[in-house]
Order: sequence, then C-alpha cells, then structure tokens
Amino acid sequence: MSWIRLPGAPAFSIRFDGVPVTAVPGQTVAAALWAAGIRSWRTTRGGGAPRGLFCGIGACFDCLVTIDGEPDQRACLVPARPDQLVTSQAGTGR
Amino acid sequence: MSRPAGTDVVVVGAGIIGAACAYQLARAGARVTVLDAGPIAGGTSSAGEGNLLVSDKLPGPELELALGSLRRWWELGDQLGAGTIELERKGGLMVAGSEPARERVSALAADQRAAGVTVIELAGDQLADYEPRLAGGLAGGAHYPQDAQLQPMLATAHLLRGLDVRCGSRVRAIETDGRGRVRGVRIGSVLVRADAVVNATGVAAGELAATVGTRLPIQPRRGFILVTAPLAAPGEPGPIRHKVYAADYLSAVASDAAGLASSPVVEGTRAGTVLIGSSRERVGFDPAYPLPVLRRIAREAVALFPFLAAVPVLRAYRGFRPYTPDHLPVIGPDPRVAGLWHACGHEGAGIGLAPGTGALIAAMVTGGDPELDPAPFAPARFGGDLPPGRAATVDR
Amino acid sequence: MSYDVAVVGGGPAGLAAAVTAARTGCRVALLDASPRLGGQFWRHDEEASGAGHRAWSVFAGLRAGLLDTGVEYTAAAVTWFAAREPAGFSLRVAGRPPVAARRVVFATGTYDRALPFPGWELPGVVTPGAAQALLKGSGVVVGARVVVAGAGPFLLPVATGLLAAGVRVAGVFEAGQPLGYARRPGAIAAGKLWEATGYAATLARHRVPYRTGHAVVAARGRSAVSSVEVMRLDRQGAPVPGTRRTIECDALAVGYGFTPQLELPLALGCDTRLDVDGNLVLEVDVAGRTSVPGVYAAGEVTGVGGADLALTEGRLVGTVVALASGRSSLYPERELTRLLARRARQRRFARLMHEVHAPPAGWLSWLDDATLVCRCEEVPLARIREAVTELGATDPRTVRGLCRAGMGWCQGRVCGYPTAAITASLGGRALSAADLASFAHRPIAQPVPLGDLAGLAPGPEPGPGARR
Repeated sequence: MSWIRLPGAPAFSIRFDGVPVTAVPGQTVAAALWAAGIRSWRTTRGGGAPRGLFCGIGACFDCLVTIDGEPDQRACLVPARPDQLVTSQAGTGR
Repeated sequence: MSRPAGTDVVVVGAGIIGAACAYQLARAGARVTVLDAGPIAGGTSSAGEGNLLVSDKLPGPELELALGSLRRWWELGDQLGAGTIELERKGGLMVAGSEPARERVSALAADQRAAGVTVIELAGDQLADYEPRLAGGLAGGAHYPQDAQLQPMLATAHLLRGLDVRCGSRVRAIETDGRGRVRGVRIGSVLVRADAVVNATGVAAGELAATVGTRLPIQPRRGFILVTAPLAAPGEPGPIRHKVYAADYLSAVASDAAGLASSPVVEGTRAGTVLIGSSRERVGFDPAYPLPVLRRIAREAVALFPFLAAVPVLRAYRGFRPYTPDHLPVIGPDPRVAGLWHACGHEGAGIGLAPGTGALIAAMVTGGDPELDPAPFAPARFGGDLPPGRAATVDR
Repeated sequence: MSYDVAVVGGGPAGLAAAVTAARTGCRVALLDASPRLGGQFWRHDEEASGAGHRAWSVFAGLRAGLLDTGVEYTAAAVTWFAAREPAGFSLRVAGRPPVAARRVVFATGTYDRALPFPGWELPGVVTPGAAQALLKGSGVVVGARVVVAGAGPFLLPVATGLLAAGVRVAGVFEAGQPLGYARRPGAIAAGKLWEATGYAATLARHRVPYRTGHAVVAARGRSAVSSVEVMRLDRQGAPVPGTRRTIECDALAVGYGFTPQLELPLALGCDTRLDVDGNLVLEVDVAGRTSVPGVYAAGEVTGVGGADLALTEGRLVGTVVALASGRSSLYPERELTRLLARRARQRRFARLMHEVHAPPAGWLSWLDDATLVCRCEEVPLARIREAVTELGATDPRTVRGLCRAGMGWCQGRVCGYPTAAITASLGGRALSAADLASFAHRPIAQPVPLGDLAGLAPGPEPGPGARR
C-alpha cells in the first residue's frame, strides 16, 4: 500500500510470519502490516475466519496477534519496533 | 390474572431450583406457573460455575441428596440433550499442599467412599498425570470422577422450556386463607390463586417466608469469579482438564466466619475460558468488587497453576449464595401453612442439588414418596415463627 | 492521597481538565492509554505538524501547559480498576504502581459504534475511527478505493482526509437525512454544518458520490472485502426493496456514531442515563460532577458531542475541581458564565445532530440469520433470537449468558448495543438504559494478567507493549 508522506526518521524492518515488513517510527504494528497489504493476521477460534483490523483504537480486540512470542497483543496499539517478530495467530494463539 | 388458567402450583423463582421444581411438578402432572421478579436464572444461578459436585461434601444428608441429584442430572442430560446444557463429566481434583492436609484428604476420602462416592487417592507425583500444569511440590490429593459441570443458564432455560413462565412478576407476599392454608401469591394488587406455592426465591427466600410469619434464616454469602481470556477453541481440551481445588476448600465452605474465607478453585469451560474462584464473605448484599478479595483469589490460583500469572483476566462477576446456619438447604413444607413449600438455601451447591430438590418437592406436593428422607432439610428446624407484625410484604 | 486529582484520558476533555486544574496549583496526575496525547480527535504520528488537524494550536497549547504546570503525565497507561478509598480513589494501572487521588476526572472518550450486517467481519471492513487512526496516527491509508458509510458528521472528515491522501473514495453513504427535512431544527443545524465546513465542495470537486438516506447493507469478498451493497432507506430507516446497488472497493469504513467508555466511572457507582443517540452516558451536572462525590466527568462520556464541547467541559471540570481542592478558579466569573453558556449551546447542537444521524430504525431488517452479531464469540443473529424466542431470555444479560454474545475479548464493547437493540426489539419494546447497562459494567475495565491482579511482580502485559 502506501505512505502519504516520507518518513523523517529512517524506516526499519519487522517480520511477519518470517517475511520482512517495512515500518517507520510511531507506526503501529497493524499500520505497518496494512501498509504492506496484509489485511488479516489471525483466525477465529470457532470458525477459523480471518480477522485483522476493525475498530483500530483498541476497543474491539479483533486485531490480536502474537508479538515477540506474546500472544493476544492488540496490533492497533502496539508500536512497531525494529526487529519485532510478529506471528499470526490461529485460534487462541496459545 | 387471578388464576392463570388451570394452575395448581405456583413456583416463585425462575432460578435453577425453581426450574427443577417446576420441571418435576409438570412431569408429575401438575399445572405449574413460574413467577420471577426478574429474568430467568437472574440470581445466584447465573453467578456460579455450574458445578455438580460430590467431592466437596461430607457424608450426611447433603451428600446423599447430591448423589441422587447427580444421577438425575445425567437423566436430564438424556432428556434435554447433554450438549444442549453443556453437561460433561469433568471430574474433580482436590489437591493438598502439605502432608497433614493430604492426610485429611485421605480421611475424608475414606468416609466419602463409604457413603457411595468414587474417590481415587493420589500421591504428589501422580498429580501431574491428571493436571500437567499444576504446580509442583504438592503433597497429593484425590480424584473424584463423578464430579461434573454444566452451563447453568442453559440448564435453567431448558428445564423451563414449554412451561408457563412469567418474568417481571414480583411476588410481594404469600397469601393464606386465614385458616392455615395457602391461597396463592400477591403480585402488585393482584392475587394469583394456587393450591400450592413453592418458595424458590434463593437469597430472598427468607423475606418471602416472613410474609406468612415463617422464619427462614437465609443470609447472603458473597462470592466472586474471575474469567480468563479464551485459552482453547470451543469444545476443545484446555490447559486445565478438571475442576481443581485445594483441600482447604471444604473448611472455607463450612466456615461460619463473616470475614473473607477463600480457597482456590480453578476449572476450564466448554467455551475455552478458565473460571477462577472462590471466596465467601458475609457482607449482606454489598455489591462492591473489593480488590483485596479479587487479589486473594488470583494469588491462590497462581499458586496452584503458575502459568496463569501470564493469562489475561477479562471479567469478574459476583453472586450471593443463599446460606443457612447449618449449611443444609431448606426443602419441605412450611411449618404452619398448608400448601406452602420451601426449596431454597442451597448456598453454593444449588446447581448440583437442583434435580434432587425438584424431585423431593414434586413428591411432597403431589403426595408421592420422597426418594430420600427430607427431614434434615425441614423448614421447621429453625424454630418456625417470627414475631407478629414482621414484614407483611417483600418490598425490595 | 498522592494527588489532588487524577484525570483519566488524554484527549481534548482530559487535557483541558488537567491543565486547568494544574494551572491553579492542583497536583494533577494524567493517565492516558495511548502512547501519544490527543485522544482520537488529535490523533497524530511522530512527525505531526498539525496539518490536517483542526484547532491544532489548542492542542499544542494544552500539551505545553502539561509541561509548564508539572502534571504527572503517564503515557500508555492502561487503567484496569478503580476503587473508592477512605480519602478519595485509587486507580490501578497495568505494570505501574497504583495512583491515589482525592478526586478523579473521567474523560475516557469513545470508540466507534458499529451495527452488524452480512459480511461486516470481512478483513478490510473497519470503522471510520480505524481509517482515521491509520491515517493520522501512522500515515497509512486504509485502501485504494474506499467506501465510507454509516451515520454522523464524522464520516465527512474521514472521507476528505482520505481524499487528501490520494485515495479514491467510491462513495459516502449517510443513513440519516440531514438535508431532506428542512422543517426540523436538527436538519437546519446539520445543513449549516455541511455548508460551513466545505465538505460538500470537497466531495463534489473529487466527484465523490454523497448519498443521504442510504446504508451499506452487506459486504462481499473472499478473504477480504471486494465490494459492498448499498440500499436506499425509507422514512422509517428501513432498506427499500429494489434499490440494492453493488459498489466495488478494497476497504469499507463504516460506523454509526460513537459509544462512550464508561467502565471505570461505573465501577465507582456513577449514575447513567440514556442519551438521544441511544447511548448510555454519565449523569453530570453543568460543572461535570457525577452522582458520586469526588468523581467528575467531561467530554464524550457525558454525551457524545464533539471536541469543542469536550474542551468546554474539560475547562469547567478543571475549574470546579480546583475550587473543591481549595484553589481559586483559573477563569474569572465572566468567563465561567461564557463557558457554561457555550456548554449549553453545544449540548443542544449535539442533541440536534443525534436526531438527524440516529442509527436507522430499520437496521435490524438488513440482518439475516447467519449475520454475526458478536464478532469475538462468532454468535449469529439466529442464536440470539433463539435465546429470546425459545429459551425465555427477556433481557440482554440473559441473552449473553445463554449464547455468549458479549463474553469474548471485547466483553460486549462492540456487540453490546446491537445485542441490546435486538433483544429489546424481539421483546416488543424500546431500547432502555437497563438494556445497555449490563454490557457497560466491567469491574475489570481492561484485560489484566492474573499475575498483575494478584499483585505479584509485573509480568508481560496483554495491552500495548510500550515499555519493553
């Protein structure tokens, strides 16, 4: 997808399921994934349906993802940081 | 509405006890109307964990009632659908942290075994076979394969299904004909006539009984439950397989202390969450959520299952167990008013004891043979009368 | 008590309250759940210069005011518990020591209100707030070809923000009828807003179709949304048969107003009322006092009404807290009178806007049996209906207990309003405050690790991991 302005601080890399994803300081993990064209990063524990972002501000808990080994982090709240390892969650992620 | 068409029996209270009574009465051929000021299962029935336990009961009348009631739950599972009410034979694991506690568990197990409970004693190094994530260093415990669990709101709803249930109908008083026989119940200014009335109003049962001058010393005992985030997919095994609780649970249940008595109880649910209890306090109906109580519950659970420290808690809920001084429920005829029956005071064991209670009430109301001796549960045991002029109506 | 007042929430209302109180000499703690101040209204990224933000100088001034006055400000502070103490209140914050204060101000804002429809769970379907957060907070656009829909004036800045970022906005669909009913005072007010802010001109310039009395009734796609279905609504807010149109898009930003976040003040026992927009909001007097002595509230939690009203209420609450703390008022009486008048005016305006932009009454008719109502626990409408019509549920709490709607991670934040509305509708009655209350009470206000709750050494947090 796209940035709307060039970052002032240098971009860095996080990894999503092993694949590098570019991020800039201040972006959330969800935003970095979204900008890379990734729309979902977990599946529901009942129906196995894909979920990603919904409310975007931390209220809906749809955007849960595993970050650096810790499951159920709200991707829309966690700031992206260099070398973060983000992994998709199937079901409960535990 | 002066008499709902053809009603023989009014059951006041649409919780698990009222539902079980109504279900059994209907099967016995009675025409039943169930009344509740609020929604179905709106009181204690929706504030527990849905446990059907024999493990936490000392030999005596309550254990006898529990064993019969548990058998009846499995029959109901066949009739209503075990999956429908999420009835499962989960099994209970009582764990002892010390050798003296383990010896007490062992002694209890022997007594319970003699009373018909299946119990398998376990040494400390066997516990992990049952619960791999249990803390190490425990002295031992006992496995109770008969312990089971269901979803209490679904169970209540399905027991009531098809019956005449009127929510939002607050019964203010039981009415008699002045000659010691029940006439019906009063809702607002309306008299609902019935030949028999069953008082299954849980924590409010004492107040309703007082409207005919009968003393039932039922008091609320507050408890809290913490609910974790889902840790397993629905219906899949979670990290905790049984209902697990510490051996001092029994003394907490049996305690008469008004102050906080807590003992860890941890179990999974079909939905994949873990429920964590338990606490008992006599603080009237204080609705607060005191952090020190929640903290104690949390700490005790982590001591049993260290992995829980990292697990998020999503919710806390609170209930009031209807508690009698001798810790036995109240099941039987009113001491002075013919046609009035009480089915209440089950403290924290109401779900498990419900079908047995319902069967006793149905037998007594319809003139059948109770399957066990109801004398220990008799309402008359509290000494009966209130001073005249007390509580003419329930105003809450 | 450590502080004269603790303010929870770092948006317009919270900032105004904190700085106003602090300027008079109060010891103030400000707890904000976000890494950066500004709430939703002033959400910005690290580079922010204020471009694309309204009243940015006000924000800059307040932020500077925090520093000048020595407010104890904690970012990324997840407040999960509030309790009364003998001399005030305590707040528990994940991974941090508790905050004790003589008084507390809740300015916890809102999140978007969503109404379910078939396909709303598809990736790429987000709320307008999510689109805004991505854009303003992270410089990322939600899609290349976006539909904006729902109800409320917020749709417009979301759409024009996307346009300014180079996104193709395939349509803006407002369920209300702001321009159609000239006789209604609300419509007149909305019309004035429409003209004054120039949104009409912007959308026209970009040739973006703007339709009132229309709603997105379905989203379609395989692993993500690829099109939406839009229908015209009749006067009762129900979809008109035969008007269904398909619009291709790769993202849908849809929402119907906002829901206030009340769990902390509710835990302290504050009274609520049902507001005109169908929300449970805190009962407050003109100075922001709730029904609990020592507890105050400002901004959206007292009634959704926008950032200007939030600032006004924040200033009033900051003043009254200062006075209660034995300080003087920051504002002279003349100014206070103006603030009170402004508050009254802004609340009247908010009420009018709520009338015009109410969730369409007929929204239930665009649900089918399989439509998910509870996203977290994947509970479809059929199970909610079964709970009411087959299992005897008469209220939303019982519905929740029977079918798990509202029992998942979000604890009813998203599905609370829809579940309550569906339950009331099936019961043949209007939605009431009591219907909403059962989902709004959350003594554990945010997920917290059991170890934190146990008071053990802080372990990993479930929330934003800002302090690694």
